[in-house]
Amino acid sequence: MAPVAPRSGDAIFASVDRVNAELFTLTYGAIVRQLLTDLEEVEEVNKQLDQMGYNIGIRLVDEFLAKSNVSSCVDFKETAEVIAKVGFKMFLGVTASVTNWDADGTCCSIVLEDNPLVDFVELPDNCQGLYYCNILSGVIRGALEMVSMKTEITWARDMLRGDDAFELQVKLIKQVPEEYPYKDDE
Amino acid sequence: MIGVGKAKQYSNVLDKPLSKGKQEVSLSAFAFLFSELVQYNQTQVDNIAELERRLEDAGYSVGARVLELLCHRDKGNRRDTRLLGILSFVHTTVWKVLFGKAADSLEKGTEHEDEYMISEKELLVNRFISIPKDMGTFNCGAFVAGIVRGVLDSAGFPAVVTAHFVPIEGQQRPRTTILIKFAEEVLRREARLG
Repeated sequence: MAPVAPRSGDAIFASVDRVNAELFTLTYGAIVRQLLTDLEEVEEVNKQLDQMGYNIGIRLVDEFLAKSNVSSCVDFKETAEVIAKVGFKMFLGVTASVTNWDADGTCCSIVLEDNPLVDFVELPDNCQGLYYCNILSGVIRGALEMVSMKTEITWARDMLRGDDAFELQVKLIKQVPEEYPYKDDE
Repeated sequence: MIGVGKAKQYSNVLDKPLSKGKQEVSLSAFAFLFSELVQYNQTQVDNIAELERRLEDAGYSVGARVLELLCHRDKGNRRDTRLLGILSFVHTTVWKVLFGKAADSLEKGTEHEDEYMISEKELLVNRFISIPKDMGTFNCGAFVAGIVRGVLDSAGFPAVVTAHFVPIEGQQRPRTTILIKFAEEVLRREARLG
């Protein structure tokens, strides 16, 4: 079979079932509030959000690969572009851009200007240490781990903290070589 | 340069213009998020009733905000003060905004004066859920019941709202009914208003 061309994020987003972003935003807000009440410590909430994102990421990557026709990326640069241009568009309907590459191409920034998670949100004084969107970094980390890339993700800019955009710094720690034979074939 | 000319800064969230609310995200994004909400709450409880209560609480806080948002945006800061008005607001306006369509039906209970039901053949939050046998009557619709309760309560119509599965003949999946039981004071006020 001839290889299928990867689909653009816009095309995929147009073809999938969608829901109102406000339902999504408010539901996320409800989750964050529940975590703040349950865990009390802002640090713990950051951790839990990251864990939830990770759980989502390891499942979401399947749908991503199935719908996008993206084949293996040749390098980390391409991976980052695909996350920003296809991944974010396909699930959240927003486009992100990739900047700030370091010299050896293992660390970059994904910059989001639109972020559907933060509509109606303002961080109160006692939550200043909260990374409100920490679930996103978990999602990316989880999804990349499923395609054999160990990454470390940190927030460099956050509009809820007064910055002018959302910036996620993605650092490739290690590319785990795929092992053969794959477990599936056993 | 990225970010220049866009993403204006507002010191206060209330200064921000209210969006038209036409933005969308993919259904899977919501489904994944909702599934995490359920799974997280499952780790915090030791029985089904407690789990439903927690989901309802999460929904309640969504409902309270939805009422405020929609009253600002769609109704010129007015809200319904009559029972049927608020019920049709929930059934039509709220449902359309949150789930993209009006709810399938709104009925008055036949046995009790204070009971109303909103039914939905395939409730959004139940679409990807199958309840394991050992979890009995658990219904993720508790989240939507919470939203309804949040809207009603904040509008001055306190009620007990619960979600139930009702089997439909010849169909594999049951429909979800949101049962609304209004507080006595609501009915008394309604009677006084005539």
